Amino acid sequence: MIPELGHFALILALCVALAQGTVPLIGAARGDQRAMAFARPAALLQLALVLAAFLALMHAYVTSDFTVANVVANSHSSKPLLYKISGVWGNHEGSMVLWVLILAVFGSAVALFGGNLPPSLRARVLAIQALIAVGFLAFTLFTSNPFERVFPAPINGRDLNPLLQDPGLAFHPPMLYMGYVGFSVAFSFAIAALIEGRVDAAWGRWVRPWTLVAWCCLTAGIALGSWWAYYELGWGGWWFWDPVENVSFMPWLLGTALLHSSIVVEKREALKTWTILLAILTFALSLIGTFIVRSGLLTSVHAFATDPERGLFILLLLCITIGGSLILFAVRAPALKSGGLFAPVSREGALVLNNLLLSVACATVFLGTMYPLFAETFGYKATVGAPFFNLTFAPIMTPLVAFMAIGPFLSWKRGDLAGVLGRLKLAILAAILAAAITLYLQGGPVIPALALGLAAWLFAGAVLEWTGRIKLFRAPPGESWRRAVNLPRSAHGMTLAHAGMAVAIAGMVASSTWKVEEILIMRPGDTVSVAGYDYRLEGVERHRGPNYFSDTATLTVTRDGQAVAVQRPEKRMYPVQQMPTTEAAIHTTGLYDLYTAIGDPDGQGGHTVRIFFEPLVPWIWAGALLMMLGGAVSLSDRRLRVGAPRRKRVPAGAAAASA
Amino acid sequence: MTHTLAAVLLALGLAWSAMPAGAVEPDEILDDPVLESRARDISAGLRCLVCQNESIDASGADLARDLRILVRERLVAGDSDDQVRAYMVARYGDFVLLKPPVKPETYLLWFGPALFLLLGGFGVVVYLRRRSPGPAMGTELARPGPLAPEEQARLKRILEDPGAAAPGNGA
Repeated sequence: MIPELGHFALILALCVALAQGTVPLIGAARGDQRAMAFARPAALLQLALVLAAFLALMHAYVTSDFTVANVVANSHSSKPLLYKISGVWGNHEGSMVLWVLILAVFGSAVALFGGNLPPSLRARVLAIQALIAVGFLAFTLFTSNPFERVFPAPINGRDLNPLLQDPGLAFHPPMLYMGYVGFSVAFSFAIAALIEGRVDAAWGRWVRPWTLVAWCCLTAGIALGSWWAYYELGWGGWWFWDPVENVSFMPWLLGTALLHSSIVVEKREALKTWTILLAILTFALSLIGTFIVRSGLLTSVHAFATDPERGLFILLLLCITIGGSLILFAVRAPALKSGGLFAPVSREGALVLNNLLLSVACATVFLGTMYPLFAETFGYKATVGAPFFNLTFAPIMTPLVAFMAIGPFLSWKRGDLAGVLGRLKLAILAAILAAAITLYLQGGPVIPALALGLAAWLFAGAVLEWTGRIKLFRAPPGESWRRAVNLPRSAHGMTLAHAGMAVAIAGMVASSTWKVEEILIMRPGDTVSVAGYDYRLEGVERHRGPNYFSDTATLTVTRDGQAVAVQRPEKRMYPVQQMPTTEAAIHTTGLYDLYTAIGDPDGQGGHTVRIFFEPLVPWIWAGALLMMLGGAVSLSDRRLRVGAPRRKRVPAGAAAASA
Repeated sequence: MTHTLAAVLLALGLAWSAMPAGAVEPDEILDDPVLESRARDISAGLRCLVCQNESIDASGADLARDLRILVRERLVAGDSDDQVRAYMVARYGDFVLLKPPVKPETYLLWFGPALFLLLGGFGVVVYLRRRSPGPAMGTELARPGPLAPEEQARLKRILEDPGAAAPGNGA
């Protein structure tokens, strides 16, 4: 009964979305207040209906209702509760319901917190959100219904892919989707602005918080995914340039560009057309990210649903959404008037450069990801893997990072590059020191050492910009404190995010360059020394988990006779799916990780053991956390606080500080 | 119930040891560290053909293991790195290379990023010139050129008769 109610709620949600997608649009065109006001309750009703459907599906999972085909295919009664819940979105049909749910959450958030928007803009934004929902609800209901029943019901289910039974992966899809779907709000604002034919500073200010939320979530989603790969795949890697990773990385790159270009719209009313285009393309890439995986075009580990019949529907949906919005853009964008003039060397100029490099980086990832598909249609079979991306990506990112330290120092309209470089003397020193110390300690190679220098440059640059603003050590501490408190939150956020980027880069460079690896057969009592640490295998025991068996090794780690850690890596076997997984043991010091994984027994009392020394690898995720924190702090900026009444007059002091 | 479990365990014990585990196994590793490190470098650039974009160095599939052993056999036989790669390409085609070779079929791939940068850079330069209050535009605004004959005529009229404003300007 409950699954039918869920199904029915989903059908009703589609009906509501159809109404919400049309009535307010007509109302806005005719200036009919009542039709426009319809959008708000409709968005809330849609959320209630989709939430009901989602909860109905979750109920089927939690109670292991094996009359529902989706539950049979992806769950098992012995699975721990957390994975029964995460199993809801660990499959194609369920993840579609989650996608639509998040879309409805964002729609309702606009409805609730968008009180300061002009009524016609709000009505149009909500209508476009609803039109997106129409597409996805129809796709879910007609091709991927999660509520289908089976008769007779089997005794038990086929279990969830064991790789997905992991806390990191339980929350990876929701975060990623919140990122993808969050960009739909920027998209809806862009389309609404095109319909209205007006983009001004206020528009930039309204779009920014939504873009920030989406960007933070997408950052979290990508970071969680790479963290999972690091500890679960058992060989210490964290990024593979797998097509599925790439499709989530592309909207991140363009979303980052959008985040920066919308600042220019807000402050200087320039880059309007470009920002609108970015908003459209970012969401287009999010859609591609959601669907190309499912269409079967790019199959990979993540592609849990590959069905060519759905492919056609998806392709149609992508064509209508992306094609339609680009046509609207082509027709309406030329009418948008652009504002302020600025010299090439200026804050605006730096942000344009940021946008250029991020877009080229995104285009490069797109080219590499799509190329095999493209080449195959011409009869050439090729693979584009990590070596290609490493080779092409680094030269694009290097200037980006180099200018990232300079940009925030430049003033609007016309900047003084020589003066800025003068203020960055300490950063230059930090860069040289970092590179030299690395070379001295590690003895090479040179390029990664220089890359660490670049990371130090960015970090020092971000910190110097911040200390310069609050006049740290150059004014009495009391005044510095007052300045720090008065500084707009978005300025603090930028410092955090840029510094986080520097920390993450250092982690990526160091861990891929100076990783030490040892693979060997160990018998209980054997000792091996890796990067100055002695590992002794105490023994391997077989345990029984809730729905798996595990071989758990115990290794004691010592350094110069001093105990450092006891590590318990596991190799698990999930009987239902007949699939093994590795659970690495990680001991982190903040500066480096000691990483061990256990493999197969050799039949003579020994086991394969993999031991890695991973320098600076925790910095990758620490950096990602800093970036997210920066986004969150920036989001709390008073100017952006959604729902707060718009201040007509900003005090002169605050305006000067934020300029 | 316990019986079924025991049966499952037994079946598992067998299946377990046959299961491929992650990546390079200790028995594959060559004694010569120089050869081994060359083998690792080469394997990192070869695709495991049955996996998705995974190198044979990182893959746990049986085929990847066979290919890793093959790479090492060729190296021990005295092949250079390029000869090993050429051998693999001869067997499996360019598909086996994670870094595609530069040839007409891949020009678009390899020169694409530079092309994007050039096109984007050109667009940005054009945009910045238009946005810029630079010297070209500045002088034009600061020192307007001489008036056209009709403008001079209009100026003369206005100066002579302050009441005769330009058409469309009055109200």
